[in-house]
Formats: sequence, structure tokens, C-alpha cells
Amino acid sequence: MLRLLIAFLVLANPAFAAEKVVAGLSQHLVSITANFDGTGIMIFGAVKREAPAPDAGPLQVIIAVAGPSSPVTVRRKARAYGIWVNTDSVHVDAAPSFYAVATTAPFAEVLSQVDDLKYRISIGNMIRNVGEAKEGLEATDFSDAVIRVRRNNGLYSENFGNVRLIDDTLFNTQIALPSNLTEGDYQARIFLTRDQKVVDEFVTTIAVRKVGMERWIYNLAHERPLVYGILSLVIAIFAGWSASAIFRVLRLN
Amino acid sequence: MQIYLPIAEVSVNAFLLLGLGGLVGILSGMFGVGGGFLMTPLLFFIGIPPAVAVATEANQIVASSFSGVLAHVKRKTVDFKMGLVLLVGGLAGAAVGVQVFKILKAMGQVELLVTLCYVVFLGIIGSLMFAESLRSIRRAGKPGARPAPRRQHNWVHGLPFKMKFRTSGLYISVIPPVLVGVLVGVLAAIMGVGGGFIMVPAMIYLLGMPTKVVIGTSLFQIIFVTGFTTLMHATTNYTVDMALAVLLLIGGVIGAQIGTRIGVKMKAEQLRILLAILVLVVCGKLALDLLLQPGELYSLGAGGH
Repeated sequence: MLRLLIAFLVLANPAFAAEKVVAGLSQHLVSITANFDGTGIMIFGAVKREAPAPDAGPLQVIIAVAGPSSPVTVRRKARAYGIWVNTDSVHVDAAPSFYAVATTAPFAEVLSQVDDLKYRISIGNMIRNVGEAKEGLEATDFSDAVIRVRRNNGLYSENFGNVRLIDDTLFNTQIALPSNLTEGDYQARIFLTRDQKVVDEFVTTIAVRKVGMERWIYNLAHERPLVYGILSLVIAIFAGWSASAIFRVLRLN
Repeated sequence: MQIYLPIAEVSVNAFLLLGLGGLVGILSGMFGVGGGFLMTPLLFFIGIPPAVAVATEANQIVASSFSGVLAHVKRKTVDFKMGLVLLVGGLAGAAVGVQVFKILKAMGQVELLVTLCYVVFLGIIGSLMFAESLRSIRRAGKPGARPAPRRQHNWVHGLPFKMKFRTSGLYISVIPPVLVGVLVGVLAAIMGVGGGFIMVPAMIYLLGMPTKVVIGTSLFQIIFVTGFTTLMHATTNYTVDMALAVLLLIGGVIGAQIGTRIGVKMKAEQLRILLAILVLVVCGKLALDLLLQPGELYSLGAGGH
């Protein structure tokens, strides 16, 4: 009886699963410098087994990287008085600023809908609490718009089949981070699945930070806006004065 | 070379910004205009968020008008007293404009307001300028014809609170210049322009100021109004991007000096008709954006209730 209970616990709880995932990143800190033009992060890892591989469906790996979530107001244009104007808006409580998902196979083969809802893995399930839609508005139109707009900006991406899995043990993938990245702690989640069910999960963070000049300007603008404004004016006036001075000298020669 | 703009939070090509600054600078030097009305829409087109474009452009105009006004101070073609009266109105207008901007930003209508202002003002100014320069070109063709004499006395001269403006040789009420200042201040805050294209015609036709002091005086007023607008945007909306401003103004101040030299070699009528066409093209592009169905009906804004 006890043995049966232990076996049940082991099977039900991924933490006690026979297969565990360990993973690493090529970099844990992404620095946004003045000439930042996007970067790539290599995510790699291995499957740790205490026993031979179970006799279940093929092993699959899902890698999802999510940027910090923030509320978004989605506005829709409609024709009014002959011109196109923002008319309706819906408030989305949380949508990640960046989301990339990569898998070893087409999504439906890798994960069941039940586990997708439980772990919030597909892009559609990452966007939460689309609410406060006025009557007659289809809230899903607005959440779909978030996904579409961000996908067009390169912020959301899906790369099914892009994770390489070697001998059911080693895996790796490359996640591209675009140039229009925002700051924050990015969460990288790695899932192992068999028979479309999650077997184990590994979470780690990637810090995305503005550094150097970018950091300094951003902090100054938000923490000391008056000083920042005056400094902007001083730079402008100096540039204006020096341009006219330089060209006066050139004209004299 | 890509550069990541810290406030706009987008990555753009630095040479594109230098080039745009230079191009608009050349045009502003040629035509004696600030160039803000061209630069701000161009920044929209390359993907800078409108709020950042408007605030940063105000900062850039400080540089170009400061560069321009120095020459006028030397030639004594700045009416400081008139400039100060215009400035009083201008600061009040800019303060109102920044608040309007803030409210509309929260409502998600800032883009619409800015675009509408551009279409209306560029449309009016462009057509007036086009008609005027066509007339003067035709007049130049007919020998013996003279330009129509400017009306020296109009309703402006009947208003109270008169003041003497020695440099301009005027004795008029302060109400019209203050009102002109307010209008220009509001536009500076909302459109990210200096407002010279409104102020210069108003000073000539409405206030009856002599043409030689008009440019210098308007530049003098613009420095302070756009300077104030920059400060207001920096403290209320946090939308002034220093890196963007520096790149634009390096290109802009160099371009302006080159443009001034090209401008000297061209005839005034030709210059004006070219500028009118340019203004109408920008206006047309913005109007089409409003009239045609956009490819993406949805847009995202920062949340918050």
C-alpha cells in the first residue's frame, strides 16, 4: 500500500519525476547600450535520469521566454466624421512585453490544452484578464490585436520545431531578442513533456538592463526631470551657438 | 549604425537621424522657417512615438532658433519689447498646450489631435503661400505692376492698452500680440513646432510690423516658448529624448548654415512656391493617413486607469 502511494506521488508530482531538466543560458544579463541592436540568447540543457527512460510517448522540450508583464490599453480605430479615429478601447490587465516560445515539434504534439492552461505556455494564454469590454465589444478581438501588433513588431514569436533535442538528453535553442526590447527581468521557462503532459519544469531569469549612457539618461529623465530638461536646453543652446560660431569663422577665412 | 534611444525605447539608424536633421536644416535655412512642422511628421513616419517626437522636436528648435537669432541680434533686427509681449502670451499658451497634451495622451487621442492640427494649419498656410507666390510671379511678369500697398490701419489700431514699440516703429495695443503669442504657444506644445509659420504672417499682416524685424523677433520669442515647452514636457510627460535631440540638432544646425547659402542664390518667389508645395505635400500625406482605412485598426498604449 505504502509502495503504491509513493509510486502515485512520484507519478503525479513533476518534482519527483524520473526525468528532470537542468538548463543554462549563454548570458544572464542583457545590456542595452547605446548601439544595442538586438541580441540572441542560447538556451541549452540536459535531461537528468535516475532510471532508464520511461516507456511513454516521445520526449519533447518547450522553451518559453517572457518579458515583464504590464497593463495595456488596446484602442480600435473606426471611421467617424469621415476620418479614422480611436473610438473603442479595452484594458488588458497583463500582457508580457516580450514572449518567445520554441518547441521540438508542432505545438499540438507537444502539449495538451489542459497543461497549456495550467502552465500558461502558448502566447494566447499569456495574456490575462481581458476585461472591462463595453457591451457589444468582442474582448478577444482586442487580445488578438495585442498578439498581432506585438508579433509584427518582432516582440512575440513562436518557433515550433526550433529546439534541437539530441539522443533524448541534450537540447538547445537560440532565442532572438529584438532591438526594441524593454527593461526588466525576463523569465525563461523550460518544460519537458511526454504524451503532451508536463514532466518537469525549470525556471531561470534573464536581466535586461539599460547600461552606461542609456541608464544615466533614463534615470535622470525620470528622477530629476527638471535638471534633465534644463540640461537638454543647455545642450541645445550650446549646439546652436557653436554652429553659428564655427560657420562665422569659416566665412571669415 | 543603429542607436537605441533611451526615452523613445526604439532603435533607429543614427545616420538616418543625422540625415533627416541635415535635410530639414537645409530647408529651414533656405526658407527661413524653423522646420519643426516638417521634422515632427518625419519622426512619426520613422516610428518615433508621437509624444516623444513632439517634445524632442521642441528641444531641437531651441538650438536652431538660437543659432539663427544671433545673426539678427548683431544686425539689430530684433524687437525685444515686442518679443517679450509675444512671449508673455506664448508661455501662457504653452502651459495650456502641455496640459491639453497630457489629457489627450491619457485619452489616447494625442495622435489624432496632432495630425488634425498639422493637416489644418499646413493646409491653410500652404494654400495661402502658394496662391500668394503665384500672384507675385505673375505680377513680376507684367512690367509696371506694383505690389498691393499694405494696409496700415485696421481694427487692430482701435484696441486699448497701447504701447510703443520703437524698433518696429509701432504704437499699438498689446492685446493682438499677446493673443498671437498664446496661439503660437499652444501650437508649440501640441504640434512640436516653433510656430514661426503662423507668427511671421500674423506679425506682418495683423500687427503691421516691418518685414526686416519680423524673423529676428519671432526667433527670439520661439527660443523661449520652445525652451519652456521642453521643460514642461520633460517634467510632466517625461518624453524629451536627449539622444534623439542631439542627433537631430547636429544635422540640423549644419544643414541650416548650408541652406542659408543656397537660399541667398535663389529668387524669393521661387523659394516661396517651393516651400508652399513642400508644405502641401506633407499636409496631403497626413490627410491621407486620416482618410484612408489604416492597415492595422488596433493600437497599444501603456495601461493604467
